[in-house]
Amino acid sequence: MIELFRDPSYDFIGRRRIAYLVSLAFIAIGLLSIIAHGGLRYGIDFSGGTVIQVRFQDPPRIDAIRRSLDGIKLGESVIQEFGDPHEFIIRLPLTSASVEQVTAQVQRALAGEAALGKFEIRRVEFVGPQVGRDLQLQALYAVLAGLAGILIYVAVRFDLKGGFAAIAAVFHDVLVSLGALSLADREFSLPVLAAILTIIGYSVNDTIVAYDRIRENRGKAGQKGRSFAMQINLAINQTLSRTVLTALTVFFSTGVLLFFGGKVLQDFAFALFIGVITGTYSTIYIAGALIVDWTNYVEGRLRRVKKAVAKA
Amino acid sequence: MRRYLWLRIALVVVVVLVSVWYLYPPQKRINLGLDLQGGIHLVLGVEVQKAVENQADRVAEDLQAALEKKGIATTQVAREGSAISVQLASPQTWNDALAVAREFQTYEVASENQAAGRFTLRMSAQQVRTLGDLAVRQAVETIRNRVDQFGVAEPTIARQGENRILIQLPGIQDPERAKALIGKTALLEFKLVDDAVSPEAALAGQLPPDDEIVYQRVTDPRTKTERRTPFVVKRRTLLTGAELNRAEVTSDPNSVGNWQVAIEFNSVGARLFGEATEQNVGRQLAIILDGNLYSAPRINERIPGGRAVITGRFTVEEARDLAIVLRAGALPAPVQILEERTVGPSLGADSIRQGIRAIVASAALVFVFMVVYYRLSGVIADIALGLNLLILLACMAAFGATLTLPGIAGIALTIGMAVDTNILIFERIREELRVGKAPRSAIDAGFSRAFRTIVDTHVTVLVSAAILYNFGTGPVKGFAVSLFVGIVASLFTAVFFTRLVFDLIYGRGRRVPAVSI
Repeated sequence: MIELFRDPSYDFIGRRRIAYLVSLAFIAIGLLSIIAHGGLRYGIDFSGGTVIQVRFQDPPRIDAIRRSLDGIKLGESVIQEFGDPHEFIIRLPLTSASVEQVTAQVQRALAGEAALGKFEIRRVEFVGPQVGRDLQLQALYAVLAGLAGILIYVAVRFDLKGGFAAIAAVFHDVLVSLGALSLADREFSLPVLAAILTIIGYSVNDTIVAYDRIRENRGKAGQKGRSFAMQINLAINQTLSRTVLTALTVFFSTGVLLFFGGKVLQDFAFALFIGVITGTYSTIYIAGALIVDWTNYVEGRLRRVKKAVAKA
Repeated sequence: MRRYLWLRIALVVVVVLVSVWYLYPPQKRINLGLDLQGGIHLVLGVEVQKAVENQADRVAEDLQAALEKKGIATTQVAREGSAISVQLASPQTWNDALAVAREFQTYEVASENQAAGRFTLRMSAQQVRTLGDLAVRQAVETIRNRVDQFGVAEPTIARQGENRILIQLPGIQDPERAKALIGKTALLEFKLVDDAVSPEAALAGQLPPDDEIVYQRVTDPRTKTERRTPFVVKRRTLLTGAELNRAEVTSDPNSVGNWQVAIEFNSVGARLFGEATEQNVGRQLAIILDGNLYSAPRINERIPGGRAVITGRFTVEEARDLAIVLRAGALPAPVQILEERTVGPSLGADSIRQGIRAIVASAALVFVFMVVYYRLSGVIADIALGLNLLILLACMAAFGATLTLPGIAGIALTIGMAVDTNILIFERIREELRVGKAPRSAIDAGFSRAFRTIVDTHVTVLVSAAILYNFGTGPVKGFAVSLFVGIVASLFTAVFFTRLVFDLIYGRGRRVPAVSI
C-alpha cells in the first residue's frame, strides 16, 4: 500500500503566523504587479476591440506584419505569435470603424505586403463597447454571486464563522491567482473568469472537507481535553492525504490542459493551474487557522467584557 | 443495501445502455459549438431610435397632407428628433389644426404656443416602447427570412434582451458575405431627381428644403477606387421596397459579365408605380438602396405592370444577395454589430484535435495514478470514471447541449475532480482499516461516513457551475454544462456504482481476508 502520509500530525495551526506572512507576501507581490501593469490586462471581452487570428503559409517576420498594418491607421495594434510561427494574432483597439471595415482593411493590408505570402484569417472576435461594459458588470456580479452562494451554504451547513473563514480563504486564492496572471502577463478574459469561478468552487470544496471532519470529531471521545486549535489541527491532518491526492489529480488535469490544450485555452488553464495550488495551500494553512484566530479574538473580547461586568 | 444487488446491477446496465443508445453514433449526436465546427456568432443591436424617427417622418408627411386637405396653411411641418414640430401660417387656424393633429392617436401634443401658432407632437413613452418592440421582432423575422434563403444549416436567430439579436451560423464558409447579407438595412426607395437644381449648386448650399443629396458610388474594378457622383433628389419617397412581390437575378443585356436584379411590384405597388411614371414622364427616377443611388433612368412613358430593374455592375453573388434581401424585405431600423466571433473551420478542427488530446492525456494520467495508488480499488474507480464520461457525453447528447472548447476543458477537469469522490471514500476505508476494523465493516463505514462530505463538496461545485451557466456566453456556458453534468454523474458512478462493485467483490458469504486499496 502506497501512502503519502501515515498518520500525519503536522502542526499547521501552530505555524499559522508564518503561513499568514507567506500569503500576504504572495498577495502583495501580485497586487504590486497588477499596479505596475496599470491594472489587469483585460482581454477584448471586457475592454472591447478586435482580435484577428491569421495563419500564414510561410512563417512571416513580425515586422513585416507590423509594416503592412502601419499603413491603415487603426490605432495601437498588438501583434503576437500564437502557438506556432505560422500563426499570429492581431489585436486592435476599438475604433469608430465597424468590424466589417476593420477586418476588410486588415485583410487588404496583409495581402498588399508581398513578403507575407499566402494567409488565412481563421478567427475574428469583435466586442463592442456596450457589450464589453455589460460583460464587465456581469463578471463582477458572477464572482460576488459565487462568493455569496458559498457563504450562505457554509453558514447554513456549518456556522457563520466557518462561512467567513472559507470565503476569506477563497478570496485569498482569487487574489493570488489574479496576481499570478498579472505576473505572467496573461490576459484576463471570459474563460479566465470561468476559471476563477471554478477555483472558488474547488477551493471551498476542499475547505468543506476539513470542516466536515471538525464537526464529525466533535462529541467524540478524546476531544474533551483538546483545545479548539488542536481539534482543527487534527481535522486538517486527518483529511490531509485526501486533500493532497485530489489536488494531485486535478493538478494533472489542469497541467495537461496548460501544456497540451492548445493556445486558445492557455490563459484559462494557467489560472486553474495556479488556483489548484493555492486552493490546496489555503485549505491546509489558512481556512482552519482563520477560524482559530477569529474564535480567539471573539472569546478574548467576551472575557474582557465579562471581567468588566464582574468588576462593576 | 446488499439486498437489492440484482436491482442495482440492472439499474447500472440500464444506465449504460441508455447512454450508449443516446450517444450512438457520436459524430451525429454531439452538437459542436461554433468554436469547434467554425461559424459566426453575432450580436446585433437594433437602432430602435431610428425606427421611431422613421415613423415620425411618415407621420409628419401625413400630417402635412391632412392639414392641407382641410385648407390649413403651414410654413413648416418637420421632424425634430423623434418629435414633429408644426408652424402654422396663421394662429387663427389653431383650433382646426389641433383637431387634425389629435386624429393621429399614437402622438400627443407635447408643447403648444397658441400665440405663435406653433405646436409639437410626440409619441408617448408607451408607444415608443411598443414601436421599438415591434421593430426588433420584425428585424428578427426579416433576418431569419434572409438566412433561410441564403441557405445555412441549423442557424440560431433569437432576440436577446430588449433590443439585441443573437445570430449563430455554424459552418459558414464566407463570413464577410453572410454578415453583409444580414446587416444590410435594404431599404429600397424610389425618388424623383430634381432637375431644377444642379448638384454643384446644391453642394454649395443652395439645397431646397424638400430636396436632399444622394451619391452614386461606382467602384472601378481594376483600380479599386471609388467614384462618387452626387444627385439632387426630392425628399418625398414615391414608393418603397415594401410593395415588392418578386426580385430575381438576370443578366445585364447592356454589359457582358454584369448582373442585375429584376423586381416586380405587387398590385398596390404596380398601381403606384404606374401613376408615378405617368405623372413624371421625361424626368429621372432615382433608385436608392440604403441611401446609395444605384441608377436614375429617365422615364420615357408610363410603366404598367410594375416591373423594373436595378443595375449597378453587380457580380453574380452581389446580385443574388441583393435579390435575397429585397425579397426578405427591409429591416425596420438599421442594425449594428455589437459583438462578433467568427471561427474558421480549420481552426475549429485544430481545437478539436487539441481538446481530444488533452482529455486523453488527462484521463491517462489520472487512470494510472489511481491504479498505482489504490490497486484493485483504483481499477474500480477508473471504471467508474469511464462510466462518468459516458454518462456525461450521453447527457449532453440527450439534452442537445453544445460542446465547446471550454466545454472540452470542463470534461478534462471533471476527470480530475470526479475521482475526488472515490479518493474521499477510499481514504476513509483505509482509515477504518487502520484502526483495526474488519474489511467488510471498514468498507461499510467508509462509504457511509464519506457520503455526507461528498454531498457537501458536490453542492459547492454545483453552485459555482450554476452561476457560471447563468452568467456565461456561449463557450463559457459549455464549460459550465460539462462541469455540472460531470459532477452530478459522479454521484452515481463514484458512489452508487463503486459501492455495487465493492459489494460484488467483498460481499455475501465470501471470506474477505483483505481489501485491495
